[in-house]
Amino acid sequence: MRKILFQSLLKGPVTETGPAADDAEVAALAQRVDASARRRLGRSLAIREVDAGSCNGCELEIHALNNPFYDLERFGFKFVASPRHADVLMVTGPVTHNMREALERTYAATPDPKWVVAVGDCACDGGLFAGSYACAGPVEKVVPVDLRIRGCPPDPVALLKGLLALLEAQSGPARSRG
Amino acid sequence: MVARSLADLVAAGQPVAAHRPWPRAVVPETVWTEAAQQLRDGHLTLLGLWGEPKTVHMAVLDEGTWRGAVLTLRCPDGRFPSVGRLHPPAIRLERAIGDLFGMMADGSPDMRPWLDHGSWGVAQPLDRRAPVPLRPGTEYRFLAVEGRGLHQIPVGPVHAGIIEPGHFRFTANGEAVARLEERLGYVHKGIESLMAGAALERGSQLAQRTSGDSVVAYGIAFARAVEAALGAAPPPRALWLRALMAELERIANHCGDVGAICNDAAFAVMHAQCGILRERTLRAAAAAFGHRLMRDRVVPGGVAGDLAAGGREAIVALLDEIRRRLPGLIALYDNTTSLQDRTVGTGVVKPALVRQWAPGGHVGRASGRSFDARRDLAYAPYDRLSFEVPVRHEGDVNARVWIRIREIEQSVSLIEQILATMPPGEVLRALPAGGGEGVGWAEAFRGDVLVWLRLDPAGRIARCHLRDASWFQWPLLEAAIEGNIVADFPLCNKSFNCSYSGHDL
Ligand code: SF4
Repeated sequence: MRKILFQSLLKGPVTETGPAADDAEVAALAQRVDASARRRLGRSLAIREVDAGSCNGCELEIHALNNPFYDLERFGFKFVASPRHADVLMVTGPVTHNMREALERTYAATPDPKWVVAVGDCACDGGLFAGSYACAGPVEKVVPVDLRIRGCPPDPVALLKGLLALLEAQSGPARSRG
Repeated sequence: MVARSLADLVAAGQPVAAHRPWPRAVVPETVWTEAAQQLRDGHLTLLGLWGEPKTVHMAVLDEGTWRGAVLTLRCPDGRFPSVGRLHPPAIRLERAIGDLFGMMADGSPDMRPWLDHGSWGVAQPLDRRAPVPLRPGTEYRFLAVEGRGLHQIPVGPVHAGIIEPGHFRFTANGEAVARLEERLGYVHKGIESLMAGAALERGSQLAQRTSGDSVVAYGIAFARAVEAALGAAPPPRALWLRALMAELERIANHCGDVGAICNDAAFAVMHAQCGILRERTLRAAAAAFGHRLMRDRVVPGGVAGDLAAGGREAIVALLDEIRRRLPGLIALYDNTTSLQDRTVGTGVVKPALVRQWAPGGHVGRASGRSFDARRDLAYAPYDRLSFEVPVRHEGDVNARVWIRIREIEQSVSLIEQILATMPPGEVLRALPAGGGEGVGWAEAFRGDVLVWLRLDPAGRIARCHLRDASWFQWPLLEAAIEGNIVADFPLCNKSFNCSYSGHDL
């Protein structure tokens, strides 16, 4: 019974949706990310996501990177639970004052070398919340930012493109403290 | 003593003209307290409690007649009789009023700050905005829990997964949770202060960035409040398109959450399968409305645009796929004993608590509360559509999963009805000039969103309050986890899926 269920469930999606075969752009992008990730990272990049005041829309699309259509893990990108395991911080939101210290501490806890990616309009320039008494953002006002991915929220394709740009950036070693 | 009717309570105050669709009255303190007693006794349901400088408002609902009203109390000396003293669901709302307006809820059992973590540099940001020195976050006092063998586990604000920030203070005895205390407010963005003085377009955009998973619901609630204030009626087709978007949003969220709940029980297959349905839904939304989360598509006066070419076909294909795949997923969920072992009997919210707190959405409906704003506070086009509101009584994680599954099925049926009967015509109408006050609501996937606003004569927003369903759900999560093991917390939390941002504003 279980077997049948698993088979019927698994067969369809794997072939049908594979690496997003219904979307040529994603497929092409995936190939470039894959090649680049291999070259630069030996297939391992650990990402720690930090919500610094987001509306949660950016999180929804970052989550989508892990669904079977985009399947970020196949490139060796992994979302990790602790900043101490992370190479990249993906930061969303207009950095509320109430989250500022947590973001600073997360950044400090991330070992060198590290990159910071500001994800979404809020993280890039404060978005609609710029100027609020409650926000310290954008992210670059609080921690150094290496890459900005705009959008409200950026969709998974935009996120993939952003990560690719990060990998392909030849100049500038990752930021180190000290 | 027989409780006075809500109409009598309103009549005991000064009616406020141009407040729609429910009445608003400025009441004396005695009536304010009488209303609080009626909340305590279960005659009325609390829908919201918010401030303005030297003023507090309370939105209440009579579930016998399904009529609502807003009661207003002037408090020139900055104090008002606490509602939370009699009716605990008001306590956090009163703490927020204290933070934002500096008004004190006299007699409240909990006067600690809530949204204000001491990091803004201003006090009472929605009133005086006085500069104040920063306070260290460590000053916050958690409630004491005492007993042999108890230890504390602090979690957050930064969590292990890709989720919003908040702090959970567990006090546990071994693995069993003796108490959970939440501390929220980390994503407080000052949305209500940004609303003040904003044009309607910006106001609508802000509303749709209050909780990113409920973009459409917030858009509808805000637009309906504006339309009520101005006495404007959007074209019929716009209302149907709004409902179409709202049901797509519901399906996307429920699919995502059912998968995520199973994932928290380490059952990854369901997560992947539900993730596929969610992604397909977002793609259909993008094809039909040009944005995966359908942001800024609902606008006051109607919707920003009609269905895109090919949009209808994309949605029909989506419904086909859901109909094809969902039964298999349901069977998989239902027949996997290792999964059921984690969800059945876990995180129970008792029906009595649900009666007191009146939480919307699956949290209420899984514990016997048959309430759905689409049916009980019906708004077009739901009054013309047929659907069921699923209810269960066990109140555990499993019941919340089932409510969500049944709601996906209902939404599929609703979308079919909408596509079949949607009237033709324009989708946006210019709004009349002028001001007014209005209250609007919409049933988001997690429960009812309430929006109250006042427009000045120039048609700008003078004050806008947004109340997420999470306000009456978060505190119940504290109750649900009691006596459960710490390891089941993610499961309980996800089965609620309260909004941090919607609550923190
Ligand atoms: S960029 Fe948009 S989606 Fe992302 S957090 Fe800001 S408002 Fe939300």
